[in-house]
Amino acid sequence: MLASRKALFPGMVFAVIFALVPLFTKRNDIINLLVLIFLYITLAQSWNILAGYTGQVSLGHAAFFGLGAIATRFLWVWGAPLLLAFPAGGIVAVIFALIIGHPALRLKGIYFAIGTLALAQILKITVGNVLPTVADLPANYVATYNLVPRYYLCLILAIIVVAVVSLLSRSKVGLGMMAVREDEEAAKAAGINIFRQKTVAFGISSFFAGLAGGAFAFYQVSYYHDLPFSPIWTFDALLITFVGGVGTVVGPIIGAFFYVVFQELFLRTFPQLHVFVFGVLFILVILLLPGGLVEMAARIRSLIAARTSGLGPHADSLN
Amino acid sequence: MNWHVIAQSLIFGIFVGGLYGLAAVGLSLVFGVMKMLNVAHGELLMLGGYVTFWFFSLYHVDPFLSLIPSAFVLFLLGMVLYKGLFSPLARLQEEVKIKNSMLVGFGLSLIFQNLAIRLWTADERSVSVFYSGWGFSLFGLRFPFIRLAGLVLASIAIFALHQFLTRTYFGKAIRATTENWESAALMGVNIEKTSTVSFAIGATLAAMAGTIVSVGYAIHPAMGLEWTLKALIVVVLAGLGNVGGAFAAGLLLGVVESVSTLFVGPYMEVVGLVIFLLVLELKPQGLFGKGTGG
Repeated sequence: MLASRKALFPGMVFAVIFALVPLFTKRNDIINLLVLIFLYITLAQSWNILAGYTGQVSLGHAAFFGLGAIATRFLWVWGAPLLLAFPAGGIVAVIFALIIGHPALRLKGIYFAIGTLALAQILKITVGNVLPTVADLPANYVATYNLVPRYYLCLILAIIVVAVVSLLSRSKVGLGMMAVREDEEAAKAAGINIFRQKTVAFGISSFFAGLAGGAFAFYQVSYYHDLPFSPIWTFDALLITFVGGVGTVVGPIIGAFFYVVFQELFLRTFPQLHVFVFGVLFILVILLLPGGLVEMAARIRSLIAARTSGLGPHADSLN
Repeated sequence: MNWHVIAQSLIFGIFVGGLYGLAAVGLSLVFGVMKMLNVAHGELLMLGGYVTFWFFSLYHVDPFLSLIPSAFVLFLLGMVLYKGLFSPLARLQEEVKIKNSMLVGFGLSLIFQNLAIRLWTADERSVSVFYSGWGFSLFGLRFPFIRLAGLVLASIAIFALHQFLTRTYFGKAIRATTENWESAALMGVNIEKTSTVSFAIGATLAAMAGTIVSVGYAIHPAMGLEWTLKALIVVVLAGLGNVGGAFAAGLLLGVVESVSTLFVGPYMEVVGLVIFLLVLELKPQGLFGKGTGG
């Protein structure tokens, strides 16, 4: 509790710094990189709500990202103002989540995981067949395309989702979610309505995934309609969250940052090597370091603190 | 649409269904014995296919011969993978074990996919032997030799596995571990060894399926997810851990997909997935299950 209060100040400092970036640089590559980081933070954080905090590992997150993208894209291209088209992406995703919520959330553990994966694949195949074309923007949209509003939209979205997760983790609803994650039977015995907790988590998670999809559709000039439905989006969110630190507020932020930076670093020499690196890190995290990079940082910090206080490296085993 | 077209797709459905069954049996065996869901199973299949492709394009070895080295390579890889990555999970509580094994498998699948692109590029590859086009016709229906050989091989492999599991001492140990590993351990079964060998056999079966796919169909680095999903569908239809039912369920899925292509065209994969979801919802112990899963 104290930790997230303390994090409020540096969080705001970072937000202000990022808000000022477009004023100081006109380099599109940097702006694009940051947009990607913000998108990944939003997507990973939304997955984190369902999987990290509520313990329901979904492998179908791309479905909500894709639905958000398709809703926003069509409304926007048809002439709806962005203020309407963008939230519509999130709303469509939530509606879909509520429709499939009851049957999907009845499935437990891996059944939920593979069930949601199958569902997302069904959507992807269907969209690929119904809309096999590239989602192009009309010429006048392309002519007026400007990166800066995209940058601020994604930044604000990322800030909101981080704030929501941070508030959620301290709220009664969030505690209920974590109780469901830790032990469903015990949570039920403590009077928690398991199904309602899961549905709420599923709804919030899908909402932000849909908004992330909407932001993607606003940002990306041209892509195949079924691209946002690709399981890659789910897998990216999963890798980023686990490597950063699943079930933490900071984890997906750190994960997204490293993921995009690695992607950029290897882009010319070994494209896609970042996926390999994150795959290895991911397995290491699952086997050895369940808290991800966040936990590693905490361990190193306590190690240093123990050294400087003169107790030696095994200080934490003393207390 | 006449009966002829339907009968022909039925036959092709059985051919591909045999492969689905073979792919699923390995996944099912691993899940049954150690309660681990290896979602990198499709990538093992892909690697098996590429080993065969390598033998063929570098040394001109006939794919039906290189089945043996390919199976051997994947057997070793399976042992290494189990020892290094999956055995540390063995002592976890069952639910956590299933989930974490799925996640480790997921990481592995990304790594293998990435490696395969680096080694063999992202292009589609296929082993085209001189007898590729050979076959015979019966009542006007086409029976290509290589597909037929694939089905025969798949059936032999599954029959051999069945004999191994029911007739040998080690097979008995595997079945005992499947039913209750704690009692099996008390009766002197070496769980670690049983699990390692079962995992390696699972990889071997994947390699055989991959080899047949590389001859009759095509292989590419991203095929793993598709095949893992097929295997999962089959395994869920049969009931998780039910090795015998997996082959029958594989044939069923193959036939359903193939025949439904005539009616729903590009949505044929959706048909399999919808059946899968319905079974998950309504009968999670599987169509041929004994009521234990779920």
